[in-house]
Amino acid sequence: MRFGVVVFPASNCDMDTYHVVDQVLGHPVSYIWHREQSLDGFDCVVLPGGFAYGDYLRAGAIARFAPIVEALPAFAERGGLVLGICNGFQVLLEAGLLPGAMRRNDSLQFRCRDVLLRVENAHTPFTNRYRMGEVIRMPIAHGEGNYYADPETLEQLEGEGRIVFRYCSAAGEILPAANPNGAIGNIAGVCSRRGNILGLMPHPERCYESILGNTDGLGVWQSILHWWGAAREQEAVRNV
Amino acid sequence: MGVIDVFEARIYVTLKKGILDPQGKAVKGGLDSMGYQGVADVRVGKFLVLTLGSPDRRQAEQSVREMCDRLLANPVIEDYTFEVQEVSS
Amino acid sequence: MSERKPDWEEMGLTRTEYVRICSLLGREPNYLETGLFAVLWSEHCAYNHSKPVLKLFPTAGSRVLQGPGENAGIVDIGDGQGIVFKMESHNHPSAIEPYQGAATGVGGIVRDIFTMGARPIASLNSLRFGDLSDPRVRYLFSGVVAGIGDYGNCLGIPTVGGEVFFDPSFKDNPLVNAMCVGLVEHGQIRRGAAAGPGNHVLLVGARTGRDGIHGCTFASEELSEESEQRRPAVQVGDPFMEKLLIEACLEVIAAGLVVGIQDLGAAGLTSSSAEMAGRAGTGLDLDVALAPRREEGMTPYEVMLSESQERMLLVIEPEQEQDVRRIVEKWGLEATVIGRVTGDGIYRIRDGAAVVAEVPVRFLTDEAPVYYPEARQPAYYEEKRNWPVAATPVPDDLNQVLRRLLADPNIASKEWVYRQYDHTVMTNTVVRPGADAAVLRIKGTRKGIALTCDGNARYCYLDPYQGGMQAVAEAARNLSCVGAEPLGITDCLNFGNPEKPEIFWQFREAVRGMCEACRLLEIPVVSGNVSFYNETNGEAIHPLPVVGMVGLLPDLAGRCTSQFQQPGDAILLLGQFRPGLGASEYLSAIHGVEAGPVPALDLAVEARVQACCRSLARSGVLKSAHDCAEGGLAVTLAECCIAGGIGALIDNVPVLEESRDDNILFGETQSSIVVTCAPVRLPLVIQAAREHDIPCLALGSVGGDSLVIRHDGGRIMINLPVEEMESLWRESIPSLMG
Repeated sequence: MRFGVVVFPASNCDMDTYHVVDQVLGHPVSYIWHREQSLDGFDCVVLPGGFAYGDYLRAGAIARFAPIVEALPAFAERGGLVLGICNGFQVLLEAGLLPGAMRRNDSLQFRCRDVLLRVENAHTPFTNRYRMGEVIRMPIAHGEGNYYADPETLEQLEGEGRIVFRYCSAAGEILPAANPNGAIGNIAGVCSRRGNILGLMPHPERCYESILGNTDGLGVWQSILHWWGAAREQEAVRNV
Repeated sequence: MGVIDVFEARIYVTLKKGILDPQGKAVKGGLDSMGYQGVADVRVGKFLVLTLGSPDRRQAEQSVREMCDRLLANPVIEDYTFEVQEVSS
Repeated sequence: MSERKPDWEEMGLTRTEYVRICSLLGREPNYLETGLFAVLWSEHCAYNHSKPVLKLFPTAGSRVLQGPGENAGIVDIGDGQGIVFKMESHNHPSAIEPYQGAATGVGGIVRDIFTMGARPIASLNSLRFGDLSDPRVRYLFSGVVAGIGDYGNCLGIPTVGGEVFFDPSFKDNPLVNAMCVGLVEHGQIRRGAAAGPGNHVLLVGARTGRDGIHGCTFASEELSEESEQRRPAVQVGDPFMEKLLIEACLEVIAAGLVVGIQDLGAAGLTSSSAEMAGRAGTGLDLDVALAPRREEGMTPYEVMLSESQERMLLVIEPEQEQDVRRIVEKWGLEATVIGRVTGDGIYRIRDGAAVVAEVPVRFLTDEAPVYYPEARQPAYYEEKRNWPVAATPVPDDLNQVLRRLLADPNIASKEWVYRQYDHTVMTNTVVRPGADAAVLRIKGTRKGIALTCDGNARYCYLDPYQGGMQAVAEAARNLSCVGAEPLGITDCLNFGNPEKPEIFWQFREAVRGMCEACRLLEIPVVSGNVSFYNETNGEAIHPLPVVGMVGLLPDLAGRCTSQFQQPGDAILLLGQFRPGLGASEYLSAIHGVEAGPVPALDLAVEARVQACCRSLARSGVLKSAHDCAEGGLAVTLAECCIAGGIGALIDNVPVLEESRDDNILFGETQSSIVVTCAPVRLPLVIQAAREHDIPCLALGSVGGDSLVIRHDGGRIMINLPVEEMESLWRESIPSLMG
C-alpha cells in the first residue's frame, strides 16, 4: 500500500506522519509537494498537521487552492483514501471535501493536551480496528478546532453516521467538560458520505509508540492497512 | 490597449448572525469591566483593504466579489460587504 | 532654544567612545558609520561591561564541539551527533509589547540554532513577572505566553519546559529568556564566518523594513515613561516565514552549498555581516541598494540598522548561486546577492555607485571599549543576611500553610502556561512539561536528552555568589533526577544597570558563584547572553542568572519521573538535608519577609548526591525522584503525591538541632532529593548512598489518599487529602487569570 504525505509551506507534522508509516507500519511512503498535480500511484494521501501558510486569513484557507488539493476529489472518487489530520482537516473543510467549518477554540487559546474520544463509527476505513463506542486517548494541539456545521448539515451527518469521533469523558459520556474547544456536538472527526475521506483534529501520528506513553493512535493506521488488505482480497476474489 | 485604473476595495468580513463569537464575547467582557456598561453586544470581524487595477469599477467589483466568495470569506460561517473606490492619482 | 544632541549621543555612544572612534579612524565618522559603531559597540553586541567577567566561565570540556563565540554552543552526544543550544533574552521589547516581544524572542533564538546547521527540536523559556494581583502584570503574562506559543507552535518546534516565577521586582521589567535546542550531525555543522574573498553574500528571507532600528541600543538602556512612545522599535514576527527559512536553510546546508551562514538579529545586517567578516578576518563590500525593501525611501542607515525579522545572511561560492537560488525559491523565499567577501579587511557599504561607509572590520568588532566597572557590596546585603529568621513565629496551622504554598503562583501548577504550547509535535517528547526536566528521545538510537532552565532571583538578590552557584547546581540536580548526565550550559544573565557599583557587584558575584559550580560539577558554559539595564525609574530587578542545561541519557530506559506510584513503595530522602527559613518561598509568601541567609551549598556533596541519584535511576532501582526546592520538603512530597494521584505516610521526619516544625516542612535546602523504590530494593538505595558517601534517610511509604507527615512520637504535622492539594495546586493560576 502506498502512502503520500502532502507538504504545504509550513506544514509541520509531515515528518511525524512519514515516520509512522515508514518506521512503524513499514509501508512505502513519499512526501508530495503541494505544487504536484498528480496523485497517481498512491492509495492513501495524508494531509498532515501544521500551520500551512501560517494559518493566515483562516486555517487551511490558502492551502485549499494548492494544485495537489484540487487533485483530491478525483482521487477520492477513484476510491483513494484521504486522511486530514488537524490542519489537514481544516484544509479539507475549506476545500469543501468535508462539510462544516472550523473556528477558533472557544477559550481563544491554543490547547495542547490529551483528550478522550469515543469512536462513533467503527466501520470506516480508518476506524475498523476499533470497537464501536470504544474510548481512546489522543493528543490534540490546536488553536482552531471549534468545529461548526449548520443544523441541517449536522442532522445529515448524524443520520448518515458520518460523525466518527466525539470528545468524551472517561466513562464515554459526551459532556461539555470533555470538550476542549467548543466544537458543536463535541465533534472531533467526520467522514465523507462514502467514508473514504476522514478529517479529525486529534493526532493519531503522535500516539503510536509506548515510549510516547500512548499507543491508541495505532488503530487508525492499522485500520487503513486492514481495509486496504481486505479490499485487495475482495478484488482478487472477484477476478478469479 | 485598455486603460487600467487603480481601485481600492474595503472589505468587511463578519461572522454570520447566529454563529457564536467567543472573541466578541471576550471583548464585551473586557469593556464591561472597564466600566462601559452600555455595550449590548460585540462582534469581531476582519477588515481588508485591497489595492487593485481594473479597466472599470464594475469589473473591479466583480473581481472583489469573486475573491470574497472563493478565498476572503468562508461562506459556511462568514458574510461580507465591500465598497470600491477609485484611487485618485 | 533647545539643544540638539549630537548624533553619537542620540545613538547611545559616550563622548569617550566617540573620541576613540575618531582616533581609530583618523577622522570623524559620517552618520552611517556612527550608527555602525553605535550598534556594534553597544552592550548587547559588544558586552563591554561584562566581557572581563564572562571570561571567568569554564568553556572547555571533552564533549564541547563549539564554545562561546559562535551563534550557539554545541556538545557531543555520541554517534556523530551534537546538540546545539543557546538561550537569549528579549526583556525590553516584552515590557512594551509582550506578545510580539516574546514571539520575536523565540524567532531570534531559533534562528541562532538552525544557522549552525541544526534542526531545532525543542524550546524552553524562563519567565519572570510581577505580582499576579496587578492587572498590568496579568496582561504582560498572558501576552508573553501567547506570543511564545503562537510563534513556536507555528514552527512545529515543541516547547517542552521552562519556569515561571512572580516577584514584585519584575513588575515593570518582565523577563523573557528563550532557549532553543537543536540536533545536528557533526558533518552538517556550519559557522558564521564570511570566508573566501570573491564569495557572494546573499540576503535570504523577509524584506527589510524600518522595524526595530536601534533595538539593541534600546536593550542597552533603562526603561522610562518615554519608552512607551518607542513602540515602533518593537518588531513583528512572521513564524510562517521563519518555518520556510528553517527548511530552506537546512536544505541548502545539507546540499553542501554554504560557506558561512548567520542570522540577522540585534543590529540586523550590520552585526550579522560585521561579525561574519570579523570571524573570518576578511572584508565585505555590500550595496544596500540591492537589499529588497518593504518600505519606500529607506536610507542606507535604515537598511543597515533595520531589525526586520526572519532574515538570514549566507556566504556562498559564486558557482553555487543557481543551486542555492533553486532551493530557496522552491520554498517561496527571496534570495538576493547584496555584496561580496573581500580580502582587504574593510567593511565597505555602497549605495549603488557611491561608497557611503568605509571602516576596517576590526574596528567594529574588536575595538569596542571594555569597561571594568566599580563593584560595591550593597548596604542591604549584610542587613538582609543577618536578619533574625529565628524570630519568625511558628504558625499554628501547618496544614493551612501547605495549602497556601500549593496555591502560591510560584509553586502552583503551570499547566495554564504549557497547555498553550504544543509540546508533543515532532513525537520526541518522552517526559512532558511539569516534571523536573523535559526528556526527548533521539530517534534511531536508545539515547535521550534532558533539558531544563533554572534560576532563583531571591537567592541571587540576597546572596549573588551563592545564588549563582545554586542556579547551576539546581539545573544539574534536575537533570540528575530524571537520570541524565549534565553536558553543558547556556546562560542568560539578567541584571540592572551595571554602571551602578551595587549592580555590577551582583553581576560579578553571581558569575563567580556560577563558575565555582561549573568547575566543581565539571559542566562547561558553551553559549550565553547578558541582559543589562533591567530597571525602571531607577529600580532594578532582582539579579537573575538563568541556567539552561542539557543532559544525556545513554538509554531512555533509565529515565525517572517524580510521581509516587504504588502503595507500599518506600520513600527516602537522599542527600544533605539542612533546611533553613532564610530566603525561602515560605518566609516570603507566608510572613512577607525576603531576607535571611541563603541555604548553604557544599558542591562536593552535591556532586555525589547527583551521581548517586543518576546511578540508581539508570539501574532501574528508583521508581521516582524529585528534588527539594521552593517550599521545602512538604511541598516536594505534596508534588510527588499530586503527580501520582496517591498519598504518603511520612512517619520518620528528619530530626534537626533546632527542630522548628515549619523549618523541617518548608525550610529550603540544597542537595536533597526525595526518591521512592519498591520495598525490596530499599537495601540497594542505602548501599548506593553509602558508596557515594551521602546521607540517606528512610522517610516513610507511599499509600492512602492523603499526605500525612508526623513526628516519631505520633504528633501530626501535616494531614491533607491529595485531592484537595491537587485542586488548590491546579486551579490557582487559572483562577487568577480568569
